[in-house]
Amino acid sequence: MQTRKKYIFLTFLASWLLLFFFFGDQLHRFAFFSVRKAEARRNWPHWTDRSLLKSFADPKELQSDGDPSLPSPRARRAARLSVYKNSRCRMETCFDFSRCEKHGFKVFTYPRERDQPLSESYDKILTSIERSRYYTPNPEEACLFILSIDTLDRDHLSGQYVRNVDEKIRSFPLWNGGRNHLIFNLYSGTWPNYTEDLGFDIGQAILAKASFYTESFRPGFDISIPLFSKDHPQRGGERGWLYQDSIHPKKKYLLVFKGKRYLTGIGSGTRNALHHIHNGKDIISLTTCKHGKDWEKHKDTRCDKDNVDYEKFDYQELLHNSTFCIVPRGRRLGSFRFLEALQAACIPVLLSDGWELPFAEAIDWGKAAVVGNERLLLQIPSAVRCIHPERVLAFRQQTQFLWDAYFSSVDKIVHTTLEIIKDRLLPHRSRSRFLWNTLPGGLLALPDFSTHPGDFPFYYLQHGSSPSEKFTAFIRAVSPTGSLSQPILRLIQAVSGSQYCAQILVLWSCEKPPPPSGKWPQTAVPLTIIQGGRKVRGAGLSDRFFPYAAIRTDAVLSLDEHTSLSTSEVDFAFVVWRSFPERIVGFPTRSHFWDTEQRRWGYTSKWTNELSIVLTAAAFYHRYYHSLFTEYLPAGLRELVDGLAACEDILMNVLVAAVTKLPPIKVTQRKQHKETVPQQVGCKAGDVGTPPAGERSPSPPRSPPAKVKGTAGAAGSRCFSQRQDCLNQLVDWFGYMPLVPSQLRLDPVLFKDQVSVLRKKYPRLEKP
Amino acid sequence: IMCASAKYNTRGPALIPRMKTKHRIYYITLFSIVLLGLIATGMFQFWPHSIESSSDWTVEKRSVHDVPVVKLPADSPIPERGDLSCRMHTCFDVYRCGFNPKNKIKVYIYSLKKYVDEYGTSVSNTISREYNELLTAISDSEFYTDDVNRACLFVPSVDVLNQNTLRIKETAQALAQLSRWDRGTNHLLFNMLPGGPPDYNTALDVPRDRALLAGGGFSTWTYRQGYDVSIPVYSPLSGEVDLPERGPGPRRYFILSSQMALHPEYRSELEALQAENGESVLILDKCTNLSDGVPAVRKRCHKNQVFDYPQVLQESTFCVVLRGARLGQAVLSDVLQAGCVPVIIADSYILPFSEVLDWKRASVVIPEEKMPEMYSILQSVPQRQIEEMQRQARWFWEAYFRSMKAIALATLQIINDRIYPYAAISYEEWNDPPAVKWSSVSNPLFLPLIPPQSQGFTAIVLTYDRVESLFRVITEVSKVPSLSKLLVVWNNQNKNPPEDSLWPKIRVPLKVVRTAENKLSNRFFPYDEIETEAVLAIDDDIIMLTSDELQFGYEVWREFPDRLVGYPGRLHLWDHEMNKWKYESEWTNEVSMVLTGAAFYHKYFNYLYTYKMPGDIKNWVDAHMNCEDIAMNFLVANVTGKSVIKVTPRKKFKCPECTAIDGLSLDQTHMVERSECINKFASVFGTMPLKVVEHRADPVLYKDDFPEKLKSFPNIGSL
Repeated sequence: MQTRKKYIFLTFLASWLLLFFFFGDQLHRFAFFSVRKAEARRNWPHWTDRSLLKSFADPKELQSDGDPSLPSPRARRAARLSVYKNSRCRMETCFDFSRCEKHGFKVFTYPRERDQPLSESYDKILTSIERSRYYTPNPEEACLFILSIDTLDRDHLSGQYVRNVDEKIRSFPLWNGGRNHLIFNLYSGTWPNYTEDLGFDIGQAILAKASFYTESFRPGFDISIPLFSKDHPQRGGERGWLYQDSIHPKKKYLLVFKGKRYLTGIGSGTRNALHHIHNGKDIISLTTCKHGKDWEKHKDTRCDKDNVDYEKFDYQELLHNSTFCIVPRGRRLGSFRFLEALQAACIPVLLSDGWELPFAEAIDWGKAAVVGNERLLLQIPSAVRCIHPERVLAFRQQTQFLWDAYFSSVDKIVHTTLEIIKDRLLPHRSRSRFLWNTLPGGLLALPDFSTHPGDFPFYYLQHGSSPSEKFTAFIRAVSPTGSLSQPILRLIQAVSGSQYCAQILVLWSCEKPPPPSGKWPQTAVPLTIIQGGRKVRGAGLSDRFFPYAAIRTDAVLSLDEHTSLSTSEVDFAFVVWRSFPERIVGFPTRSHFWDTEQRRWGYTSKWTNELSIVLTAAAFYHRYYHSLFTEYLPAGLRELVDGLAACEDILMNVLVAAVTKLPPIKVTQRKQHKETVPQQVGCKAGDVGTPPAGERSPSPPRSPPAKVKGTAGAAGSRCFSQRQDCLNQLVDWFGYMPLVPSQLRLDPVLFKDQVSVLRKKYPRLEKP
Repeated sequence: IMCASAKYNTRGPALIPRMKTKHRIYYITLFSIVLLGLIATGMFQFWPHSIESSSDWTVEKRSVHDVPVVKLPADSPIPERGDLSCRMHTCFDVYRCGFNPKNKIKVYIYSLKKYVDEYGTSVSNTISREYNELLTAISDSEFYTDDVNRACLFVPSVDVLNQNTLRIKETAQALAQLSRWDRGTNHLLFNMLPGGPPDYNTALDVPRDRALLAGGGFSTWTYRQGYDVSIPVYSPLSGEVDLPERGPGPRRYFILSSQMALHPEYRSELEALQAENGESVLILDKCTNLSDGVPAVRKRCHKNQVFDYPQVLQESTFCVVLRGARLGQAVLSDVLQAGCVPVIIADSYILPFSEVLDWKRASVVIPEEKMPEMYSILQSVPQRQIEEMQRQARWFWEAYFRSMKAIALATLQIINDRIYPYAAISYEEWNDPPAVKWSSVSNPLFLPLIPPQSQGFTAIVLTYDRVESLFRVITEVSKVPSLSKLLVVWNNQNKNPPEDSLWPKIRVPLKVVRTAENKLSNRFFPYDEIETEAVLAIDDDIIMLTSDELQFGYEVWREFPDRLVGYPGRLHLWDHEMNKWKYESEWTNEVSMVLTGAAFYHKYFNYLYTYKMPGDIKNWVDAHMNCEDIAMNFLVANVTGKSVIKVTPRKKFKCPECTAIDGLSLDQTHMVERSECINKFASVFGTMPLKVVEHRADPVLYKDDFPEKLKSFPNIGSL
């Protein structure tokens, strides 16, 4: 017994000793396991002498980084010009900025030659430029030149391929090695390699090309444009398909693709793998082998089954019912699919490695698309599943904004291209990425007006600021008498009585000089007379929307001399405007409707249950709209408006609606006594204030404006049909009807409530 | 080892029989001692705080001079020169990075070695202070891994920050012999001072094959967009000098140039500017007659005036950053630190982190040719914008320039964003200073959409047991043309809802949802049954709203889909006596809230209320059985930055009988409680998000002298 005990003891002891001595090392490691884990987080050692380490550069060397032996900056710049040419072009080496200094950014298009056929798309591009505000017919003034040779399709197998471009170009005296030229291209190279080759030497010309490959893209010089079809509308353009925002988009599918599967050749790597992610439930990836003439030759075992599945789904239906859409490369990097997905608010999942994304210089695609990696296709499903629903919502809205701002028409694509180039000319007067990527987008935010977001009516919330607390009253006087009428005196008194009025400007557009300063009423705020000198064409009506430097407040109260307003009305309207600084906020309103009989837009001043136009005879809006009106709209359109009497305020409404996509706002107007207005002012007079009693027959309740009977005939006045013409011409110019109807009016909170007038802030608005 | 143990075991048994009793105690004692020793060792090693003390003892107490020396044979391979066509999809092995739930790349750092050539002469400084800081920062970061097999990115410990301190060929050889070099794939080199005399290349001259370069002086010709990362040239002064942030605003000088050793041509152009514009332009140069001991790098002179550098930078609105021999200049960092707006004059320079930073918000870039026009160009910048640029400049320095750590982490984050683009950091996160992030509002429903009328709305009635009143509400609401579905949230767990046959027969689907708990927040749950965007929340006692009023409310909501559109309005006021917020339900000229007893809003806000309500507000509301509507008003105003829209004139809302029973005192405690809610919520939100407005929405022809039968919504405001 004893011995056994001893045995056990000793064995025990011996084993412990053994463990201790021989596995000591392992034990040690085991014991340090947790320590080593901590070490792993801190692998780079804390050197004992780290404080003694020398700096990477001597402070003197860092601060005086000059080398007297270097050539002078001027010489260096000159030397650079000869080195960085052609494929290494940059704006500073291949673009002649001096051409743009004198006349600004003007674009010249080569005259079109009769024997030279143009593709539909290229014709649209040229038309866009010719209609734009940058167009000049004079090559002397031009900063940028556009060829009249169709360079869109440079696939020499294509029917639209133009031959001998090199020879033709060399015969142009203006070509100058391609300097300051902009070349548009949609298709380059051909089967089987689809290289970036255009088949002619573009020299120093800027290339605006679809399917741009990053390696051949000259950053800051070339522009990547989206591939668009020949049916892409010239202007206007369809709106996006997103009509509602919902947090969990009740979409049938998560991710879809329907397209060709390339069995061989360039791009087949990705297209041949897409079917792997198909799960038949929420991920639909359909491919067909049927393309080209000899597809059966390369056919594999999948083809037959795939082709059957392929026919089961409709592409449009998939687009409409999916949250994400795969946009893989085809033979070339870009595809129509990209714009289609964007319009459909189907978040593009790009699988096109090396594609310089369209307008990436301006557009932040990370907010609207998932830039996938062709090599990681199989991770795409889990990656998109992990995207948070809130981000999905933001992504989808951003696709719609981008589609509408930059892609929905050829006009927009061309203008975006031009604006990006224009931004490079004066870097300090260019749009920040914020302006490009925030509503309403870069085309509508003019850097010539300001580069500061707080100066625009659109960014107050994102910027965390608010519009200025005062307004400028801007009265246009046209009465030919040369003296001050009673209404204008009363108007000045009423407006200057507002606590928010900073100054009054009178635009004196009469033949006779304005009365001397002594004749003007004494006001608490400064009163300035501006001589309307721009009455070259007709009445020069649009000069009321000229961005006068004297307007220094954000808000402008636009008035006609015959307008009758009270101080209360002005005060209340201004307070409302501060809540809606991007809209027109005003008193008398008009509305538009679709006239089914005449198949055109109708315009009515009758009392209706809707409104879509606020007359600028009495309205608040942001001063930025003066700049937009004068600078953004092409001269041709302004001429059109000046040619038609009484159209400029409709244009202003159309413009603001096109920018904001929102209706104007009507505020409470006190009952008006009918004014006796001089008839010679024509259209304008009858148009302001309450409409004549005879016209008060509104649309039947709750019927859409489309059902309203035509009114032009009934009104009978020439002016009326003029305004209707104007509206229709503007719709034609914009390519769509931007006006948005509204059914509401904003009144003071206690307006006409059964409560003592003493408690009301705006009692005077209720006086009969 | 296995054999050794066997030997002991065989010897053991032979010893034991000979053991005497007196030895037993000896053995037992020995055994106990050993056992105790073992336990003690174990305890010591597993004891948590012993980790720290032991870690120093393992690898930390080492000097840079003790690192292993590697001799590079003269004929050891040299990598190819950098490939200008490299892009992420061609030269980067993305398979190494894999899919990981955190969307973080793994970065491995090679251990430090000292490289010498055949003759034992060292190739470069082993490591500079800055590179050590940079590697320390990486190894402390979330990106770090010590497992070379799991790494996605490799950072050599070979210090190439300054090309002038190294031997090009030998450094290249050192790189090529790294264990995972593989033509430099997925290797990241940091360089701040590239090139050397006479031609000063704008990228590191060390051949590096496919390695990515985080470089400090790229020009547009050497920068591989989307592959390389442009980084700042670190200014060691940043660490030495503490320049407190100066509030934005006008400064003593308009333009200041502080660089030394400028090319004479630049200097003469600057002097011409000064001659033209006088005092507001200050051109500094190095001091010629400084007394001994004063560091020349900390002083600048203009004629005989001596200025402290970098403090003087804070005295100017704009500070010129001209290119020198290199494009990247350390002075940019000093200028940003001083909150001075940099005027960058360096054609073709790729600004630091330009892939993500919007430099137009913090700087003015002027082409070299336009230098003579600098003054007028800068004068055209609006004052408000200058102030923002000053703030922005300082923010860029604080976030991305101030230390090697900031530079390293920003670089890794940029690469990380390329590899996991769907998890990338947004423009706003990169660019907005904290103050802007705080004050700005990004509306989640930012697209201006007017939803189609045809969609209609879903009415949600929260009810407990007032069946009779509920049925009346259902009947009334069902008359509204645009109603598409009615949802009754039955909040009473003790009582079953009435039988199907008893419910009013209405023309739209009616669904009853039973809740698990009687909570107010059940009203705002994003039920799957809600298929429309528009939701009408309505109490089971709101029977006084006419069909016209409700339909008009829906039309108004369509024009303002991102707002709360409701009927009874309320106001919050600042009580100056009590120094806190007060709830107001009297007839006021202003509104800042609408009651959700009858309000239209977007279904999205149900989602926000249920899942994104800040702090403990949701529980607070459920516990107090009150203020869910105030919470909703706060939430919507905070996220959209917009006011509510009150529609139609005021009506008496509760039934007259009820108020008579409740009495005045109940009304008062109610008010006190509601005021408490406002104060509580304002403190949770950290701000008062509610917006006060003076308007309400009425139909266009409301109260106009016009035949009622021709109005769309004639029955508005009737009692």
